[in-house]
Order: sequence, then structure tokens, then C-alpha cells
Amino acid sequence: MSATHSDAVAATGLRKSFGTELVLDGIDLAVPAGSIFALLGPNGAGKTTSVHILTTLMPADGGTVRIAGHDLADEPDAARRAIGVTGQFSAVDNLLTGEENLLLMADLLHLDRVEGRRRAAELLERFDLVDAAGRAPATYSGGMRRKLDLAMTLIGDPQVIFLDEPTTGLDPRTRRMMWDAIRGLAAGGVTIFLTTQYLEEADELADRIALLDQGRIVAEGTATELKRMIPGGHISVRFTDPRALDAAAGVFGRARRDDDALTLEIPADGGVGSLRAVLDGLDAVRVQPDELTVHSPDLDDVFLSLTGRAGAPEKEAVR
Amino acid sequence: MTTMTHPLRDSRTMLRRNVRRMLRYPSLTVMLVGMPVVFLLLFVFVFGGTLGSGLGGPAAGPTGRAAYANYVVPGILLMTIAGAVQGTAISIAMDMTEGIVARFRTMSISRASVLTGHVIGSLLQTFVGLVAVTAVALAAGFRPEAGVPGWLGAIGLLVLAGLAMIWLAVALGLKAKSVETASNTPMVLMLLPLLSSGFVPTDSMPTVLRWFAEYQPFTPVIETLRALLSGTPVGATGLVAVGWCVVIAGAGYLWSRRLYERASTRPRG
Repeated sequence: MSATHSDAVAATGLRKSFGTELVLDGIDLAVPAGSIFALLGPNGAGKTTSVHILTTLMPADGGTVRIAGHDLADEPDAARRAIGVTGQFSAVDNLLTGEENLLLMADLLHLDRVEGRRRAAELLERFDLVDAAGRAPATYSGGMRRKLDLAMTLIGDPQVIFLDEPTTGLDPRTRRMMWDAIRGLAAGGVTIFLTTQYLEEADELADRIALLDQGRIVAEGTATELKRMIPGGHISVRFTDPRALDAAAGVFGRARRDDDALTLEIPADGGVGSLRAVLDGLDAVRVQPDELTVHSPDLDDVFLSLTGRAGAPEKEAVR
Repeated sequence: MTTMTHPLRDSRTMLRRNVRRMLRYPSLTVMLVGMPVVFLLLFVFVFGGTLGSGLGGPAAGPTGRAAYANYVVPGILLMTIAGAVQGTAISIAMDMTEGIVARFRTMSISRASVLTGHVIGSLLQTFVGLVAVTAVALAAGFRPEAGVPGWLGAIGLLVLAGLAMIWLAVALGLKAKSVETASNTPMVLMLLPLLSSGFVPTDSMPTVLRWFAEYQPFTPVIETLRALLSGTPVGATGLVAVGWCVVIAGAGYLWSRRLYERASTRPRG
């Protein structure tokens, strides 16, 4: 996908090394204005480095970046005025109250006093922080801090928002809330660039996903396009005795059988129709499966097949 | 919003932020002021009688404890600055570890304003401390002979010495990997006045120590301050004192700028 002028984020050939360690090996990114883009990858893939470069925190060793039409090398300040950043580490002032944090941002954005107060009050309301507004963030829960952090990012009405692992470490409920907030922003026309190590999150939110692995983009496309890149889903049927397996294997010619595990993997799209076909086939030869599971392809499969390694430790976060 | 950054406005915003933090958590300020007050009282009331007699000053004028109070106050004032800048290093290091500076750097605000806000805030904090310590000193028997020019000179020199140590502390705070390190490193600055002519004349020290005491920057600053406050001629020491302050402030400033540019671009995670 080549960068065009309407792209809110357009990077070509980004390279970055720290000492001898190559972190970004020539990546290209193009995010159309108003869309949600997810940069997906495991820890150490180069996600945070990419965000640091795109948000002017760090210069790239090579390549060019345009944010909202402004070249980072020529007009970094113009780009900074167009963006909002919520990093992986909370960037709030712990000694000021929640409200003072928002007003500090308003002052730094040179909003006038009345406008700043209005916006701060609005954001406190929107993120359910009104009761906590007078307290220091040190007393907040992790989720509340993240919400305040995002509110601080939003006070300047940025066109492009960078979210570096916005839900890492959040409980499922707060995570849902963040997702809703992100969707709400995109619906309002804001461009979202987010990084995540959760396949589910990218699948859930993003219009387009780029898979970053060891400093390279290994795949890019919509969630559906990415899923199409890998072998399809299947229905897995397990039996208690080998004769039943034999009988069933006779019915489903295209199935892959595993004699040790006594299972049969029948290619299927995961829909109800394919499930019924499998059950009807088994009925016809009068075998009763011990266990049946439907496996539809997800981004985990994409990740596994493209990088040769398992995806993110998603279960850990869900637990 | 215009296309220009606003260094003054942003620095004022940052200053307001720092002052608000200091007012909200005064315990650090109180602790930093308390330390030199304890030293002052200890030296004047516990050691002062003996040390004062050993000064061998002019026959006329105060003797004993009263003479020592006049002698020791400049050293204590410098120690007050040295203590206050520990607070500077701590709050800088806190900023750097908490990620808020990274946020500032992604915003279209004047680059220098973050550090400027800290420096001016610290200077105000330092002067609150200096006024408090001077008040205690006056109550404890400190009797300066300075006229208006002497006081103005003394205040000017304290501002200069303050800026020098604050910029140095900013650099140390940026350099520190953690808040703990940041609070420990500037401790050296608290010790240096003890190894100068601040508490006892250098000729009473063993050779190596005397050599160190005579050539380290605190000695000329303390000597100049003492001359200004007691209304005696300053002489060439004044130039040496100003020179040291300017050099340290300049070096601290340049070092801080460099560290600041680099520190917030270092990869984290």
C-alpha cells in the first residue's frame, strides 16, 4: 500500500538501530485519515520505537514520515500540533489533581482559560472521573489513570492519536471501556494509530492491521484479508476407538487423520451448515464422536503461520 | 494557536506547575530548610563559644559565640542552597521517570520551558529557605554590618550561586537513573561547605585538606558573602567567586540541555 497525501500517517523506509541492535528494518506505514490502524506485534518487535519516531520523540536513522501532511524533519512543531499521544507508561503528573492535569494541558496548548475549563469539565464527565477530579492520580486505579491519560491527550482535539498498548494491564471491563472510547473517537473522524500485542484487540478495533515482527512488517491488510492468508478453519472430531475413526475417515475424504490422537480434522468454514454436514456424515456411518470442536481461523493462526512463533500471551491478560 | 512556540508563556505554565507541586507537598521544602537550621543552631550554640574564641579576630567587636555566628552564617546560607537543590534533582528525576516529560515533548511547546520552569521554581524555593534561615540566624545572634549595597551584592551572589547549583542539580537529576540516585548525588554539595572556610578558617586544617578547601569553589563564594555581609572590602575573591558561579551555571546548563535532549529519546521498553 503506497502512501498518498490524504494519509494521516505516512512513513516510508523507517530504519532505527540502537547501537548494533537493528530495531526497525525499513518499515512503510500508511494510515488513511479517519481510520483505525493497529500495529500488532510481540514484545520487542519495535512497536514502541515506531511510535516514538512517529510522535517526534526520537529521530529515525533513515526514512521519511509525514503526519497530517507535515514532514517530521521539516515541520516537527506543526506535526506535534496535529497529534495526541498516550504512551505505554502513564504520563500524568502525580502531584497535581486530575483536573489540574487537564488544565495544565490546556495551558500548554494555549487554550484560553474559559475554553480550557470547559473542555476539562467535559472530559472528566465523559471518562467518569468527575468524583476523582480533585484527587491526585496517585490515588487512582490503573484504569482511571489510563482514562485520565487519554483525556489529557484529547483536550487539544488532535487529528491523529497514537495509543501505545492502550489496554495492556487493564482489567477486562476497563479494556472494553477503552475500546468504546477508541471507537467513539474514530467515529468522530479522528485517525487512530494503536499498537497492541493482543490479536483480539486488533481484530476488534482496527480497519487495517500491520504485523510487525523483528523490525519488519510481515503482513498488512484488514483482519479478514489477514485471516485469508492462512489455511482455513476446520472441525475437529475425536473418537474413542480406531474403528470409528476409520469409518468416519471413509466419509470425509479431504480430512486429515491423526491415528495417535484418534482425531479427524475436517476442513470447514465454521458455519452452521458445515457443522450439520459433518454431523449428518457421521450419522450415516453410525459413529458417535467423543468430542467435537469447531476451529475458525483467527489472527493467532496468522501470527503463527507468518512468524513461525506463537502469538502474544493473550490468555495471561484475559485471566 | 499560532505557528510559533511561546517560550515565555510555556515557561510560566511550567513554573506554575512546579510552584503548585511545592505548595501541595511542603514537607520536602520544610525538610530541606530544616537541615541548615539544625546545622546553624548546632554550630552557634554547641560549638560556637569555643570556635568563636579560636577565630582570633580583631580585638574590638564581638567575641566568642556572637563572633562565630557572624562567621558561620555565609557557610550556612550556601548549605541552604545546596540542600534546596536536592529537591530540584529529585523533582527532575521524578518527571523523567514518570513519563510526563515524554508527553511534553510530543506537544508543540517550547523545548526549554520544562527545565526553565524547574529552575525558576527551585530558585524561588531556595530563596524561601534563605529568608527562613536568615531569620533564624538573626534570632540566634547574627549581626550583619552590611549597608544596602552590601545586601544587594549578597543577594546577587546568592542568586548566582543558586543558579549554578540548581543547573548542576538539574543535570544530576537528568543523569540519575532513579529518584533515589537523584536524591543522593547532590548530597556532596551539602558536604562541600564543611570542607571550606565556611565553618573554620582553612589555616587550621591539615595541609591536604587546606589545599582542597582553599581551591574549591565554595570558599571564594563564602568569603565574598562574608565580606559583603560584614561590610568589609571584597577584593579579588569576589571575581573568583562570580567566575566559579558563572562557569558552573554555564556548564550545568549545557550539560542539562544535552541530557534532556537525549534522555527523553532513550528507548524504554
